[in-house]
Amino acid sequence: MGSIFSLQQILNGLQLGSIYALIALGYTLVYGIVRLINFAHGDFFMIGAYAAYGSFYMFNALVAGRSGTLAFLVLLAAMIGGASIAYLTNKFAYKPLRYKPKLSSLITAIGVSMFIEYFFSALPAIGPSYRSFPDILVRKEIRLGNAVISNLVIIDLAVAAILMVGLTLLVRKTTLGKAMRAVSQDKDAARLMGIDIEKVISFTFMVGGAFAGAAGLLAGMTYPRIFPYMGILPGLKAFIAAVLGGIGNIPGAMLGAYIMGIAETFASAYNSLIGEGIAFAILILVLLIRPRGLLAEKIADKI
Amino acid sequence: MNVRKLPRFLIAVVLFYIVVEVLYRTEILNGYLLHIINLSLIYVILATSLNLINGITGQFSLGHMGFAGVGAYVSGSLTTLILKLSVTNPASMLPFLLSIIAGGVVAAFVGFLIGFPSLRLKGDYLAIVTLGFGEIIRTIFNNIDAVGGPRGLLGIPKFSNFTVILVAAFLTVVIIRNLIESSHGRAMLSIRENELAAELVCVNTTRYKVMASTFGAFFAGIAGGLLAHLIQLAHPTQFGFIKSVEVLIMIYAGGVGSLTGSILAAFGLTFLSEGLRLGIRALADATGLPIGGEWRMVVYALLLIFIMLFRNEGLMGMRESRIIKNVEVD
Repeated sequence: MGSIFSLQQILNGLQLGSIYALIALGYTLVYGIVRLINFAHGDFFMIGAYAAYGSFYMFNALVAGRSGTLAFLVLLAAMIGGASIAYLTNKFAYKPLRYKPKLSSLITAIGVSMFIEYFFSALPAIGPSYRSFPDILVRKEIRLGNAVISNLVIIDLAVAAILMVGLTLLVRKTTLGKAMRAVSQDKDAARLMGIDIEKVISFTFMVGGAFAGAAGLLAGMTYPRIFPYMGILPGLKAFIAAVLGGIGNIPGAMLGAYIMGIAETFASAYNSLIGEGIAFAILILVLLIRPRGLLAEKIADKI
Repeated sequence: MNVRKLPRFLIAVVLFYIVVEVLYRTEILNGYLLHIINLSLIYVILATSLNLINGITGQFSLGHMGFAGVGAYVSGSLTTLILKLSVTNPASMLPFLLSIIAGGVVAAFVGFLIGFPSLRLKGDYLAIVTLGFGEIIRTIFNNIDAVGGPRGLLGIPKFSNFTVILVAAFLTVVIIRNLIESSHGRAMLSIRENELAAELVCVNTTRYKVMASTFGAFFAGIAGGLLAHLIQLAHPTQFGFIKSVEVLIMIYAGGVGSLTGSILAAFGLTFLSEGLRLGIRALADATGLPIGGEWRMVVYALLLIFIMLFRNEGLMGMRESRIIKNVEVD
């Protein structure tokens, strides 16, 4: 590999960035609508990974061999897993506090995050230890100059791209997307226009959760190891990516996530300690220099 | 209007000291219970100092244990690695106390530096920055081999005893109380209530935010140093995010802005935590089921959620017990 800035590293960075982007979109969607940093979002990602893990062994018996159908079913399971936990969290923890001070929701979010993590590691069926994630697809590799491109890189990038295009279309072209934008701009006015705010919020949480779930599957396939606390750090880094891009801003979250993924890959290749800390360094710099993020609100439409 | 000053709190603490000492000497109180009381007192320092930042000044901080970590590692390295103090030598007590204070001072300096980003940030952003700071501190400890790296700093002499910890907790509460009751404290409260209005009545918000952060960090550093010399270990995981949340639960359970609440919650939750630890182990032994220690944290997390959902103001709300109050206007 040699140089830090090789093609290989850029690919690794894009791959990591795709996973961060899917998580960061959930943060940004939820923040855009309810102005809440959903601390438990990283745990939705973890739930997605476990849903994928469980469903793989379930469907493996039904669908023989490691095929595309199986991968698709597992992706669906991961997204449903993420969406369900997001729906439940919103319904039981955040909805009752909707009109209370903002800090209450934030602290509840921390509580929910802790609850999900420890509950999962306390369950004897799951447990606190690491599990290795099965190879859902047969790994293939293509050589391109010095770089080795595995089919996982292509799958990660493609899944992220398809979901992101889908989300953009959803927000821009559908009635529901219009309702989401309306609620994010002015809740009271949206309600006066006959929009069922709670339904829109609930839907937004589920979309965010489904994306995090998909990211969980991709992360499980790419870095084949899952454990109940796996959501904490990616969750934080994806959040930082969302802040970097301008929180509440969909293209911003994607941009921030790819910058983050590449920066982290380069920094880790240079020195692992810097790799661990670069996310927080970026956060502090962004907040000090440009707290509203790279894409300020007026450039791109905000949800 | 009549302003009275009574040393009620001093009397209460002295009584508490006598009762605990008598019970311990007569062996009604065993060493384990005394250890939990010591831990509770250390949590009193942590909770009241976090309350100064979160509750009084309204600056949401999630990295409080990071400051405690600075205090623990600084004082621990001073006593263990540099001065090589030994518990058997009575002349070691003074250098030990100075090391603890040094730990507090370094933590205060870090708190002073961290205070600056908080000038531009509010609410959830500040929470993330302080969380990030806590994680950075933990990563740094994890990577310095001189202080043990991921193994932690081992073999710290056990200097912290009930007397030292109680005096430190007493002084912390008194200093923070006096600060809150002074004009500085009123300025801090005004920032929490409405920062813009505070600025308009010429409160120097910058100065008071940094002041709260510095003071809070100083006491957290002291608590960290005492903790390291009580359990004879400073380990990166002791000062992580989850530990900061434990202290946060204390101030929210006790009531944000109430020192009385923080003190009661520090005792209540430390005992609850130990009780759960024993209870879960007993339950696992009795039933033979694989019930892990993680359930303790599940209970903690649910406690935090339920406090927020059903009793937002905590045990005491913003009220203060008459024992704690110094100035009483009647």
